[in-house]
Amino acid sequence: MARFISRRLFHLIFILIGVSVLVFLMVRLIPGDPAHLLVGEFASPEDVSRIREKLGLDQSYPYQYYIYVKNLLKGDMGRSIRSNVPVSQEIFVRFLATVELSIAAMIISSCIGILAGVISSARQFSTFDYVSMVMALVGISMPIFWLGLMLMYLFSVKLGLLPLMGRFTMGLDYHSMTGLVLLDGLLTGDFQLFLNALKHLVLPAFTLSTIPMAIIARMTRSSMLEVLSKDYIRTARAKGLSQGAVIFKHALKNAFLPIITVIGLNFGLLLGGAVLTETIFSWPGLGRYVVDSLMARDYPAVQGCILFFSVIMVMVNLVVDILYFYLDPRLRIDGKG
Amino acid sequence: MEKAEILVELKKNKSAMAGLVIIAMLVALAVIGPWISPYHPLIPDPINRLKGPSWAHLFGTDSLGRDILSRVIYGSRISIIIGLIAVSISLIPGTLLGLLSGFYGRKVDEPIMRTMDIMLAFPAILLAIFITAILGPSLLNTMIAVGIVYIPHYARIVRSSVLSLKEQLFVQAVRSLGGSNLRIIALHIFPNTLPPIIVYATLGMGTAVLQAAALGFLGLGAQPPTPEWGAMLSEGRQYIQNAPHVAAFPGLAIFMLVLGFNLFGDGLRDILDPSLR
Amino acid sequence: MRRFKMVFMLLTGALVFPAMLFAQTPVKGGTLTWGRGGDSVTLDLAQATDGESIKAGIQVLENLVMFRKDSMDVEPQLATSWEVSKDGLVWTFKLRKGVKFHDGTPFNANAVKVSFDRVIDKTHPFHKYGTWRFPALGLGPVKEVKIIDDYTVTLRTEKPFAPLVANLALWLCPILSPTAIEKFKEDIGRNPVGTGPFKFVRWIKDDQIILERNEDYWGQKPHLDKVILKSIPEVSARFMALQTGAVDIADDLDPDSIQMAKTNPNFKVIERPSVNVGYLAMNTKKPILSNKLVRQAIAHAIDKDTIVKTIFRGLAIPAKSPYPPSIWGYNYKIVDYDFSVQKAKDLLAKAGYPKGFDIELWAMPVSRAYMPEPVKTAELIQSYLAAVGINAKIIRHEWGVYLDKTSKGEHDLCMLGWLGGNADPDNFLYGLLHSDNTKPPAANIAFWQHAEFDKLVKDAQSVFEKAKRSEGYLRAQEIFREEAPWVALVHSTIVRVHNKKLRDVPLRPNGLNSFQMVWKEK
Repeated sequence: MARFISRRLFHLIFILIGVSVLVFLMVRLIPGDPAHLLVGEFASPEDVSRIREKLGLDQSYPYQYYIYVKNLLKGDMGRSIRSNVPVSQEIFVRFLATVELSIAAMIISSCIGILAGVISSARQFSTFDYVSMVMALVGISMPIFWLGLMLMYLFSVKLGLLPLMGRFTMGLDYHSMTGLVLLDGLLTGDFQLFLNALKHLVLPAFTLSTIPMAIIARMTRSSMLEVLSKDYIRTARAKGLSQGAVIFKHALKNAFLPIITVIGLNFGLLLGGAVLTETIFSWPGLGRYVVDSLMARDYPAVQGCILFFSVIMVMVNLVVDILYFYLDPRLRIDGKG
Repeated sequence: MEKAEILVELKKNKSAMAGLVIIAMLVALAVIGPWISPYHPLIPDPINRLKGPSWAHLFGTDSLGRDILSRVIYGSRISIIIGLIAVSISLIPGTLLGLLSGFYGRKVDEPIMRTMDIMLAFPAILLAIFITAILGPSLLNTMIAVGIVYIPHYARIVRSSVLSLKEQLFVQAVRSLGGSNLRIIALHIFPNTLPPIIVYATLGMGTAVLQAAALGFLGLGAQPPTPEWGAMLSEGRQYIQNAPHVAAFPGLAIFMLVLGFNLFGDGLRDILDPSLR
Repeated sequence: MRRFKMVFMLLTGALVFPAMLFAQTPVKGGTLTWGRGGDSVTLDLAQATDGESIKAGIQVLENLVMFRKDSMDVEPQLATSWEVSKDGLVWTFKLRKGVKFHDGTPFNANAVKVSFDRVIDKTHPFHKYGTWRFPALGLGPVKEVKIIDDYTVTLRTEKPFAPLVANLALWLCPILSPTAIEKFKEDIGRNPVGTGPFKFVRWIKDDQIILERNEDYWGQKPHLDKVILKSIPEVSARFMALQTGAVDIADDLDPDSIQMAKTNPNFKVIERPSVNVGYLAMNTKKPILSNKLVRQAIAHAIDKDTIVKTIFRGLAIPAKSPYPPSIWGYNYKIVDYDFSVQKAKDLLAKAGYPKGFDIELWAMPVSRAYMPEPVKTAELIQSYLAAVGINAKIIRHEWGVYLDKTSKGEHDLCMLGWLGGNADPDNFLYGLLHSDNTKPPAANIAFWQHAEFDKLVKDAQSVFEKAKRSEGYLRAQEIFREEAPWVALVHSTIVRVHNKKLRDVPLRPNGLNSFQMVWKEK
């Protein structure tokens, strides 16, 4: 196990180097001059060249990369070209907003997805089975930005049930401790705050959850069907165990492996999907920030965000692999992963 | 499984047939589009802007007064082409890399798969945004970007089937009879990796169309006035309140196409690769 | 009789009016929520270039002088009076007494010197804490800031520079607390401390900026308790936020939503003619477009009235000059190219292109007040060009690339616009059309060079009398009309859409206002 994890961590370092070089080159390959964008369409040529110099963009690429990595090793991701604020700070505040949204979406999609999948498999070819699988297909076929706007229009403008956007009521006099509003509400026992944040979270989290929910439901169903056809389940049934006990105690436990993989893989999908969801719901998260930064050619910000994303992705994969390791005894023997 | 057998199974599979019917209808629409579309899809008619559905304009008109039905019909070609080309762009290099990496083992495998890992470390849509931004926004570049993003997925799938195929008796047998590597890969391994790839590619068509639509939302897709469904949908979101039909019909069209490919892909998976069920 | 009736009405009006006035007494308190397209970048306005930063920053920071609340004339703010020496080089400003910054630091000559020196003096210890933009537009001409006494400073320029006072009213020249500048260093942009009617409270990035009433404000104290600026990037969501009452003001709505707001009794839409122009530049360095007849043909081919009606929903006027009639020196006598397919075709035939040609039409990827729907505008123009046989292909690059490539002249036809910051014709004519500005990165993206035009514009720069300067500009506009380096498309109207509960909402032609006097009905 230790060997396995250390090997994975070694991969992580390799991937981070690769990602950092790739991002560094890619942002610079995109035509467009950060200095020019900084001053906009009303700039004089002198302003542009003065700012290029100030930002060190007149240096050679290898030298710029050297400086970048040197600072990175010191824990300094540089300052945002646009706001002149350390990139690490810019990332951190937004990251927590994205985390709140993606975890909520992950919980919604896993709960509903697994439940629908289990019921579908237990009653294969029933009406519920058909309806939920068609719904799942609808889920993966729906452009996320369209769904989000429709939900907004329906639930807040027309019905007035849920707030339109943002993380909590505007101007709420509240200083975040953890950066996660829901958690703050729980920790301080402030039920009002908790409810407020929860209401704001419903629409964006649901919008973001549809695609993973559909995938998880489908995966659960097929994985369960496979397990349910196995001999030991038949034995359990023959022993006279109730349907519920068979499904939840025996079948689901064994069907969990592929489901976990899918959940892990979809975390990446969530981070990506957040780009659009955050834009539509005015959610101050990282997905929106990285796209805005890219459009403004804010090199340090983009580099920092992507590096950060990749660390998360690799870590999530690592966790999935470790879970695998524990759930599937066969892997422990060959140790390949 | 023999080909005839697959066809028989396919006919029995409700999901696959439903998907096939939807795809066939959309392809037919794409082919005969220019003959049946009631108006020119690109010529504005400002006086008739944002008109709701009527007998003159079944799907209504958009903000420049263009007939949405005609634009949806023309758009079917574009979306189907996006799906096909984007999937080929990920499929072909992905399969090759997967074959090489799975067959030749460590020395080839490590560099290829680590590169794939690096690509996978980017969230898909961000990588697509990057590539389009570098290449410049155009329909072709959208397809290339969406295609490149999914190369690692195919490489991984193919590699894992190659790994298990390599150890199987028939491959060992050919090898002991002195078959060359190339021959083994081309004749014995590659054909057996096909079922999972076909299934994944069919499902991938839908994903590609949606990704292209998302790029269109960010203004990085096809150049105007191309009637690309994603771009139409994203333009229509401004009129959700006073003219909801502008977004609804292209949205429905995207949904049908993606649904068709997903249903078909599901059916195909049940038949070709029961273990994935 | 009719006359008598009117007098009577006026009289009764005079009696009723004070009562109404009484009912209209501003109410103290309340929170104003303000929905806008994006977050601010920095609140240290000396480093800001984007509208969203300026919008928020001018609530907190003040300058020596400021534009009046509804026009571009200058009035005192932190300076009470000023005069210029006879040689035109030294400007003396008398400062307002008894003003305190939000952190309690007293406002005095030192504050002015520190705020300005950090920008213009490269050896100043605080210079390295910022990226100073646009010095030419702001403090650039100032060479030295000198403290005479606690409430008197002088600014010295190298050459006589008449527009200096107007420059000082721009957002680029705010006065910040010297204590805060020293304390926050490069982070001053996130912790702005000024003398303005509102104090900065908190900034949640990409989400909201919270400001509150400055109880110690030196002037008329603001009515509102709080102002919250909320970023809502998606335009349809911004309008929905106005409809649900989540925000009181929604900025930068699309023309169709503005139409919907106008018909809704809960909202008020204020309109002002702006000082901008949206245009189609024709790259005269390209062989086809170097031909004047071709450019004139294109000008005849485009139906500006329909563009105004369809795209702007009436919130613009068709343009015929590089700058709008709201700026002095406008040549009303110019007759614009009328929309005529036949004339366009004839001109093309005369130019040797009876069958037309292929060309690229570059469309902006972002919307601006002068061009709210650039893609749709381009699609319309494309169809007009098609009608006269010109096959235009629309090219849309991302904004960064677009600015870069157009300034290098890679385009044929391209759309862009301009907002005349100081409402001076020179700003448009010299900046956008003079041959001095054709060197990449060029601002004259028609790359048009015309000796007589150049001379007229250059000469007018050194004339101080408005009437005399006007003469040159009137002639220059005639040349512009004849040579057609651009198709001047529109001058858009700027609007502010807000909830009726808000009162006394101001709107300057550049759209930037302090909300000091705004109040909200209970």
